Amino acid sequence: MKYMELAKLIDTTKCTACRGCQIACKQWNEMPGLKTKQLGSYQNPPDLQWNTWTLIRFQEYVNKQGKFSWLFRKDGCMHCTDAACMKVCPSGALHHTEFGTVGIKSHLCIGCKECMAACPFDIPRYNDKTDKVYKCDLCVTRLREGQQPACVKSCITGAITIGGKETMIKKAYARAKELGGDANVYGDKFVGGTHVLYVLNEKPEVYDELPKYPTVPFSIVLWKDVLKPFSLLAAGGVLAGSFLHYIIHGPKTPDEDTATKKGGGE
Amino acid sequence: MEITRRGFLTLTGAVGSGITLSSLGINLIPTKAYAEELNKMNRIKIAKQTTTICCYCSCGCGLICSVDKQTGKIFNIEGDAEHPINEGALCAKGSGFFQMTEANEHRLRKVLYRAPGGTKWEEKDWEWALPRMARLIKDTRDKNFIKTNAKGEVVNRCEAIGHYGSSNVDNEECWLITVMSRTLGLVYIDHQARVCHSPSVGALAESFGRGSMTNHYVDMKNADVILIMGSNMAENHPMGFRWVTKAKERGAKVIHVDPRYTRTSACSDYHVPLRSGTDIAFLGGMINYIIENKKYFNEWVLNYTHASFIAGKDYYFKDGLFSGYDAQKRKYNKDTWVFDKDGRGIPQRDMTLQHPRCVFRLMKEHYSRYTLDKVSSITGVSKENLLKVYEIYSSTGVPDKAGTECYALGWTQHTVGVENIRAMTIVQMLLGNVGIAGGGINAMRGEPNVQGSTDQAILYHILPGYMKQPSASLDTLEKYLTKYTPVSKDPQSANYYQNYPKFFISLLKSFFDDKATKENEFGYNWLPKIDDGKHYSTMHMFDKMYEGKIKGFFCIGADNAVSSPNTGKVRKGLEKLDWLIGENIFDNETYQFWRAPGVDPKKIKTEVFLLPASASMEKEGSISNSGRMVQWKQKACDGPDQCIPVGEITIKIMRAVKELYAKEGGVHAEPILNIYWDYLDRNDCYDALKVAKQMNGRFLKDTVIEDKSKGTKTEFKKGQCVPGFGNLQADGSTCSGNWVHCGSFTADGFNNMAKRGKDDPTGLGLYPNWSWVWPVNRRILYNRASCDVNGKPWDPKRNILEWKGDKWVGDVPDGPWPPMADKEKGKYPFIMQRDGLGAFFGPGMADGPFPEHYEPLEGPLAKNPMSGQLINPAIEIFSSDLDKVARASEEFPYVCTTYSCTEHWCSGALTRWQSWLLEAQPEQYIEIADVLAKEKGIKNGQRVKVSSVRGTVTAVAMVTQRLKPFTIEGKTVHQVGMPFNYGWLFPKNTKDDSANFLTPTVGDANTFCPEYKAFMVNVTKL
Repeated sequence: MKYMELAKLIDTTKCTACRGCQIACKQWNEMPGLKTKQLGSYQNPPDLQWNTWTLIRFQEYVNKQGKFSWLFRKDGCMHCTDAACMKVCPSGALHHTEFGTVGIKSHLCIGCKECMAACPFDIPRYNDKTDKVYKCDLCVTRLREGQQPACVKSCITGAITIGGKETMIKKAYARAKELGGDANVYGDKFVGGTHVLYVLNEKPEVYDELPKYPTVPFSIVLWKDVLKPFSLLAAGGVLAGSFLHYIIHGPKTPDEDTATKKGGGE
Repeated sequence: MEITRRGFLTLTGAVGSGITLSSLGINLIPTKAYAEELNKMNRIKIAKQTTTICCYCSCGCGLICSVDKQTGKIFNIEGDAEHPINEGALCAKGSGFFQMTEANEHRLRKVLYRAPGGTKWEEKDWEWALPRMARLIKDTRDKNFIKTNAKGEVVNRCEAIGHYGSSNVDNEECWLITVMSRTLGLVYIDHQARVCHSPSVGALAESFGRGSMTNHYVDMKNADVILIMGSNMAENHPMGFRWVTKAKERGAKVIHVDPRYTRTSACSDYHVPLRSGTDIAFLGGMINYIIENKKYFNEWVLNYTHASFIAGKDYYFKDGLFSGYDAQKRKYNKDTWVFDKDGRGIPQRDMTLQHPRCVFRLMKEHYSRYTLDKVSSITGVSKENLLKVYEIYSSTGVPDKAGTECYALGWTQHTVGVENIRAMTIVQMLLGNVGIAGGGINAMRGEPNVQGSTDQAILYHILPGYMKQPSASLDTLEKYLTKYTPVSKDPQSANYYQNYPKFFISLLKSFFDDKATKENEFGYNWLPKIDDGKHYSTMHMFDKMYEGKIKGFFCIGADNAVSSPNTGKVRKGLEKLDWLIGENIFDNETYQFWRAPGVDPKKIKTEVFLLPASASMEKEGSISNSGRMVQWKQKACDGPDQCIPVGEITIKIMRAVKELYAKEGGVHAEPILNIYWDYLDRNDCYDALKVAKQMNGRFLKDTVIEDKSKGTKTEFKKGQCVPGFGNLQADGSTCSGNWVHCGSFTADGFNNMAKRGKDDPTGLGLYPNWSWVWPVNRRILYNRASCDVNGKPWDPKRNILEWKGDKWVGDVPDGPWPPMADKEKGKYPFIMQRDGLGAFFGPGMADGPFPEHYEPLEGPLAKNPMSGQLINPAIEIFSSDLDKVARASEEFPYVCTTYSCTEHWCSGALTRWQSWLLEAQPEQYIEIADVLAKEKGIKNGQRVKVSSVRGTVTAVAMVTQRLKPFTIEGKTVHQVGMPFNYGWLFPKNTKDDSANFLTPTVGDANTFCPEYKAFMVNVTKL
C-alpha cells in the first residue's frame, strides 16, 4: 500500500456539536464514560481527560458588532509535524506514523508526563491508575485498513473530513474564502504544520483554549534541538576522543604514573 | 491511499474470513505490539456483520453490528456507510449504541417481580411469571367486563386494564400488541405517538388525506428554503440536519424559529425567537402576507386545492368562535361547516375565487386579522424579523423554487397542536410546495418506530392502517362501513378510501382467520367499542387510574412516571393499581414507582412484573422511520440470559390467557378463543417473518385477479402474499393486518423491506430500491401535484415524476391514473381525500376549520389579543384536585417549555443508563436568560428550584445569552426551558426528578397531545 501524508479538517462552521464524534471516539477506543457534574454548560466532560480524547467546546460569543454566536470547537490532538510531545518522549511511545500523524504506543509509555508539559495545545492526559498518558491517535489502525477515523465517519454534517494534506489545506482555504469576514484556516502555519486543521469563523484568539501562536516550547527546542545534539556531539566527542587517545597513546599503564618512560624514544 | 467510506460489509467480503496476523506481513514486529494496535480492527475483519437500524429519533440511520463469531457477542457498533440516510455517520446516541447491548451491566436479564408491599425486586423466571400474569389478566378482565354501556349499547369492553407502549418496538411487535389488546377488549390503549405526533396525523390527514410526513429526510437537500419551526432539528433529528446542510451547500437558506437559540440556530442562516405557544399567530401573519402580496402559486391553488369551493351560508366566524359552538359541552356542532353542492352532489366551485363564501375569500378574511402589529405583540417577534421570514419563505411560491418545513414536538405539544400544523399546510398549499421534491411538510417523528406503531394503531381511536375504531352506536358491520366509506360523486376524484371495506374486512380476517365469516360479520362485534364522543387517551387513562378505576396496567418500552404530563398525578395513579406488567431493556421510574421518593412501599399493594426484553439489535423485524421507510433489521445476537423480544412476550402472555379461557370459560371469551395466533417457530420462539407476512396480507384461497384496464388475469395461490392493496377483497378471501403494509412482500414472499439497492435514477435522493416505503414504495406523497394538469413537472430540475404519453415515469405515482387534464380518466392529485383536493378549510377538526390563535391553557396573558376566547374553546378540561392551573399569575410569571437534548432521548430511560451519554449531559438543567438570572441573583451552575402550581423540581441553572426576554402586549415576559430527560432512579444519588411534575394534564383539542411546551413556572434559588 502506498501511504500519503493525511490531514483531518474540522470545519467548525458546519459543526452542530452533536457529540457524535466525542462518543464515537469512546466507542472505537473502548474508553469509559465517567461521572461528571452539570456546571452550567453543554460542555462535558469540562476538559479533555484520559478517557476523553476529543471534546466539543461550547462558547457563547458576542462580536464587536454585537452579533451573537455559539461557537463549537472539536478539541483534540493536532498531530503536529514538529511534535513537542515526540521530542520529549523518552521511550518512543509517541511517534510519527506513515501518515504524518502522531501515534501513541501505550505499552511503551512510562508515565513520565513530559509530553503533557511540552504540548503547546495541552492535549495529552494522564491516568494515575494505569500510569500512562492518552490522546487521540487519529485512529491509525483504521487508516491502515482504508477506513475513516471514528470521528470523521460519525460526523453528521461532514464538518470533519480527511484526505491528502495538500488537498485538505486547499479545501480549508477555499471554505474560509467562501465564508469571508474573519474566517480563517488554523494549523498549517506553525509547529511545522499540523495534521489537524480548523476552519474557524472568528480569529483564533476568540476561541477558548486555542493558542494564537503555538510553538514547541523554547526550553524543549533548546534541550532537544540544540543542547541534546550538542551534548550528543559532546558525548560522541568524548567517546571519539577516548578512542583516539587509546589508539594514539594506548591504554594507561602503571609506568606512566611514575612518569618513567620505557622503551622506544620519541 | 484512498480513504473511502467503504463499509465493513465490503471490507469483510473482500478480505474474507480467517485472516491471521502473519498473513498481514507483520512477523518482524513484536506480536504483542501489533496485537494491541490491530486487535479491534483485526477482530472486525473476521467478525460476523449484521445490519440494524437506530432505535432513537426516527431518522432511521443504518448501523453495523460486528459480532465475535466465537462468543456470539457484539463488540463494535458503528454506522453503515452504505445507508443512504446517514452514510455511516451517527449522532451521539447512535454512536453510543454499543452501550445498549449486554455489555452494559444495567441491562435487565432476569424476570423480576415485586410482591404487594415489597421493598425490592425478586428474581423469577418465565415459567413462574406467565401463568401468574395470565391469571391476573383474566380475573381483572372477567370481573370488570362491560357488556353494555349506560345507553344499553353492546360495547364488550374492559375499562379496568390500561395498555401503554410502545413506539420503541418493531412493527410486527406493535401489531401483535394491537391485536392482543383488542381481543382482550381493552379501550385504554395508547402509547408514545399520543404525546409525540398524534396532532400530525389529525392535521395532515385533514389537509392532504394521509397523516404522515409527506417527503423524507434525504429529500430535504432539494429545498431552496428550509423553515425549521416547531423543531430543534440539529439536536433532536441530527441526521435530518445532514440533509439541511447539503441544501445549504447548494445555496439554500435555513430559518430557525424557536424560543431558544439552540445548536440548530447556530447552524442556520437566521434565528428568530418567538414565545412558545404563539406559532399560529406567526403563521397566520405569513398566510396574510402571502395572500396580500399575491405570493401564492395561483395555478396550483386553483387546480389542486378546494380554494374555489363555496362554504354553506350558515358558516361564520366571530370573536374567536366558529359557528355551532356549545359552551356547556365545549364542543362544536359542525352542521354549518359544509360546502354548497350542485345537482349531482359535487361541491360547487367558483374558479374566479370572487364568491364571498368561497374558501379562498373566507381564508383571506380570517387571516387579514393577523396584522404585523398584532402578530408581533403576541409572539414577541419584531416586525422586522416577521417580514424577513415571510419574504424569504414566500419566495418559494413559484414553480422553480421549493420550500420545505420541518417540525416536530414544538408544534404538536400544544392545546392547538393540530391547528399549528394545519396552518403550515395552508402556507404550503398556497405556495404550491406539496408533492414536489424539496417541499412538503416534514413531520419529524420522535421515536424509532412511532410511525410504525401509529400505522399499527396502538391507539384507542384507530385500528391498523388508520381504520376507525368502532364506536358503540355502530352496532353492525354494515353501519360501520357505511359511516366510514366516503362517497364522492365527482368522477375525477379517485376517493381511494372508497375501498375501505376491502381494507377493514381483510383486517378482521387477519385477527381471526377462518373463524371470521360473513355470517358472524367477520367478528366485528367481538371487538370492543368505545362510547361515541368519549376519549380514552393517555391523559384520560391516568385520570381514571388516579380515580382508582384502572386495576391493571401494561407499560411496554415506556416510562410514564417521567414522560407523562403532571407526574404527581400519574404516580399517585400508579400507586392504586392491582398489577403492573412492564417490558423493557432497563429498569425505570415507572416500574419502581413503589419506592419513589416520598412513597412508602409497604402501603403499595401493586404486584409488579418487570420482564427483560431483547434490545433492538437482538431481534429481527422492521421499523418505520418518519419518511415511511419500513426497514428490516437483522438479528445480531440473542439478548442476554432470560431476555426475549417483546413480540414473543406478547404472544406467550396471550397464549397463556387463551389457555385459561379454553380451560375455564369466562366472560365474552369468543375473540380470545378465536384469535389467530400462530406466530412462533418450531422452537417456540418469535418468528417475525410470520407476523410481517400476515400484516402484508395473504390470499386465503386460490384467487384470480383481473385487471380490466390492462386486460390481464393473474393467478394467486392460497397462502401467497398479496403484492399490493389493489388486490385486497371485501369478501373475506384475503387477510391483511395492515393494508398500508401490503406490498412489503412480493407474491413470491420476497422481503422488499430488506432491499439494499443504491441506485438513484433521478439524482434527487429517492433511492427507489433501498428498503420499502409505504404506500407501495411511493417516496414522495401527492407527487402528481409536482406536475401541471397535463403531467409536465412544474420544475424540470426537480423532476420526480412525469407523464410520458401513456404512463407516469419516476417515483411511484400517487395514483396511477392519468393527469387531471384528461377529463375522462384523469384524477385529482390528493387521492385519499374524498374530494381529491388539498383542503384549506378543515371541517373535520374539533376546534375549527381554520387555525386560530388561542393562548396556552396556562399562559402569561389574561386576555387573548386576537379575540374574546382566551384558550382553545374545544379542549377537554380535567378537573381532579391535582389539575390546578395558574394563568397570568405573579407567582408563576415565566413561560416554560420542555424538550430533549441530543445526548438524551425522551424520558432518559434508555440513555441515562449509558455512561458515555450521561457523561456528556449528567444532570437536569434549566436554561435561563442572563438578564433574568441577574435579576434573581442566580449564578451559572447553581442549583435552583423550578415550580409550577402543580409541583416542584430541582435543576442546575444554565445562565445563557441564548434566551432573551420578549415584549408581549407591552410587558416583559421571560421564557425559560428545561429538558425532561431525568428521573430519580438513575444515576444513583441524583437530586433531580421529572420536569413533568410541572406540566398540566391538558392536550390538543383533537388528539389529546399534552401541552408540554407552554406553561408557567417560577425559578428560585435553593
